[in-house]
Amino acid sequence: MKKLLVILEKEFRQIFRNPAILRMVLVMPVIQLLIFPFAANYEVKNVLLSVVDHDHSSYSQKFISKITGSGYFKLTDYSPSYSKALEAIESDKADLVIEIPQGFERNLVKENKSNMLIAVNAVNGVKANLGGVYAANIIRDFNTDIQLEWVQFPKFNTQPTIAITSSNWYNPTMNYKLFMVPGILVTLLTIIASLMAALNIVHEKEVGTIEQINVSPITKLQFILGKLIPFWLMGLVTLTLGLIVARLFYNIIPLGSIGLIYLFGMVFLFTLLGIGLLISTFAETQTQATFVSFFVMMLFMLLGGLYTPIESMPEWAKWITKINPVAYFIEVARMIILKGSGFADVKIQFFSVLGLGIFFNTWAVINYRKRS
Amino acid sequence: MKQFIIYVRKEFYHIFRDRKSLLIIIMMPIIQIILFGFALTNEIKNSNIAVLDNAKDESSRAIIQRLDASRYFNVFRNINSQQDIETAFRSGNIRLVVVFQPGFRESLLHTNTAQVQLIADASDPNTATTVTNYAKNIIGDYQKELNGQFQAPYMISPEIRMLYNPQLKGAYNFVPGVMAMILILIAAMMTSVAIVREKEINTMEVILVSPLKPLLFIISKAVPYIFLSLVNVVTILIVSVNILEVPINGSLMLLMGEALLFIITAVSLGLMISTFTKTQQEAQMFSLMTLLLPTLLLGGFMFPIESMPLPLRVMSNIVPSKWFFLIVKDVMIKGLGLQAVWKESLVLVGMSLFFLTLSFSKFKIRLS
Repeated sequence: MKKLLVILEKEFRQIFRNPAILRMVLVMPVIQLLIFPFAANYEVKNVLLSVVDHDHSSYSQKFISKITGSGYFKLTDYSPSYSKALEAIESDKADLVIEIPQGFERNLVKENKSNMLIAVNAVNGVKANLGGVYAANIIRDFNTDIQLEWVQFPKFNTQPTIAITSSNWYNPTMNYKLFMVPGILVTLLTIIASLMAALNIVHEKEVGTIEQINVSPITKLQFILGKLIPFWLMGLVTLTLGLIVARLFYNIIPLGSIGLIYLFGMVFLFTLLGIGLLISTFAETQTQATFVSFFVMMLFMLLGGLYTPIESMPEWAKWITKINPVAYFIEVARMIILKGSGFADVKIQFFSVLGLGIFFNTWAVINYRKRS
Repeated sequence: MKQFIIYVRKEFYHIFRDRKSLLIIIMMPIIQIILFGFALTNEIKNSNIAVLDNAKDESSRAIIQRLDASRYFNVFRNINSQQDIETAFRSGNIRLVVVFQPGFRESLLHTNTAQVQLIADASDPNTATTVTNYAKNIIGDYQKELNGQFQAPYMISPEIRMLYNPQLKGAYNFVPGVMAMILILIAAMMTSVAIVREKEINTMEVILVSPLKPLLFIISKAVPYIFLSLVNVVTILIVSVNILEVPINGSLMLLMGEALLFIITAVSLGLMISTFTKTQQEAQMFSLMTLLLPTLLLGGFMFPIESMPLPLRVMSNIVPSKWFFLIVKDVMIKGLGLQAVWKESLVLVGMSLFFLTLSFSKFKIRLS
């Protein structure tokens, strides 16, 4: 125990003597948490629209004013032809082209049907999907308007109609920040924890101070614990700062218990630091450690369910998310903060992360050799 | 010039003698591009839903079956009471609850109207909106079928054409994005660490007293990393064309040229980072902390930049990968030429010059 205290003291001194790192660990996450949640927004506004109107009728005019008035689209230009409109898409001046054919109004009135072409630049995933859906919805609404103009619908339904009501729980105002702030906080914790741990032991290897530890009576377990505990505490400080920012700046008050968030955070940090330390025991140089931990970090973050839905991933990728502590913590943070889930609701995630943590830390202890 | 070549050779020796690092740097981007190219998609499908069927009649069952059969949903569980909805959501993994009123079919056939309630878990707003819309469409289809041949008058039928990416593959968007991200991080980190390493292990002094000019010294440091990053670009492109089936529609030469330009920008950024950090740890932390999230969030491939508030839209302009992402999309996917991307290229040239000037002016010949 005393030996552990000694090595802890050494580690803490080392950390506090490097103000640059300390600043990065404490200040950068706060700044990033203040800025980036504003960037994360899948709500698509300002889809750039180019209209090719071959009809120039009162209906086509009406339609154009309806779609530009919807708030989702920004009319950038009227193109004389479809090929000209495609050029606008090529140069990114338009995301979506709507072509109204000649005789649009006449066909609609005389032949009861007419058509319209929507062409979407499908390279921009989100924008293409949503832009297309919005446009189709607006066309449907417009269609209903016209039908009402021409057909006197009977007062009572003659057709069976299913009335669909929909409601959004936990976030009725559809505030993206509620969704992103916990996610970005977890991302920041991930970056800090895995990197600090990954670089630490290998740094001692590289500058040669590990020799001194190797000849000391400190055991392998004490050595790893001595590395783990200071970073773990620093991670908890970052988590606290993050929660304070979320509370004060974004007004996010967890519905569930704060204690549970901390409990999960502790286990999460333990696991991530374990992975970092394991990388550190394998690596020979800091370069190796950085690149491997960068690889693991990107894997955890991008397959963490924050940016793209896990359900849509292929089966093998879903399996990766089962050993991804970041995916668990993002899910759990959201559950506790927004839905008020209790321990019983998150116990599977909790024990999974704990199990991963024990696994990686044990491996790190075993893999650390006191002789070179 | 001869000295310069000797220095470049020294750097190459450094790199090639550390086999493990070399292997990591070559293999990592390949694995990442394969993983992310297949796994990332903005499409939302296979969402778990729960059903509270108070009717349990022919119609409600038919709708549930349709929901389950569609690629968007997977009926995960049945719940029995209103109170259980809360429990179902709280234990996670359910995106939507569909509630049928008692006597659904009866009321549909006799009073011509019946109610379905969709409750979405909006803690993830994007998914909530999308799954609600999918469910509405599926129920709407069922209703249409129930109504038989009834043809509404004055129908406008929109035809939707997906340009460049008819199958809506996620890889078309994520390959350029992940490529920009990997390249800038690897190139900037490698370079900054290599220089700071010399400071840290005190070999810098030896170099500073050598007759090589500082400018040439810095360039000799950068050349091998530019070369390695180009190797990464080639492997990434081979993998994306052959395994992910993302085509290169434009000129390969142009694409490689732009990649070279972007790598130079990234390497100069790395040089700049190395001038104001003292240890490798600092350099790596700084590169990762300042590059990872901005590239991911403001690079344009995850979140549409147009929807961001103005200050962030302005900020996104200083993220180099945003420009490279635009270039790669234009050249690789849309098959456009230089006239479409010259502006973006100029921005990258400007950024490189800025980083280089800053690092040269801060580079000290004397150690304190």
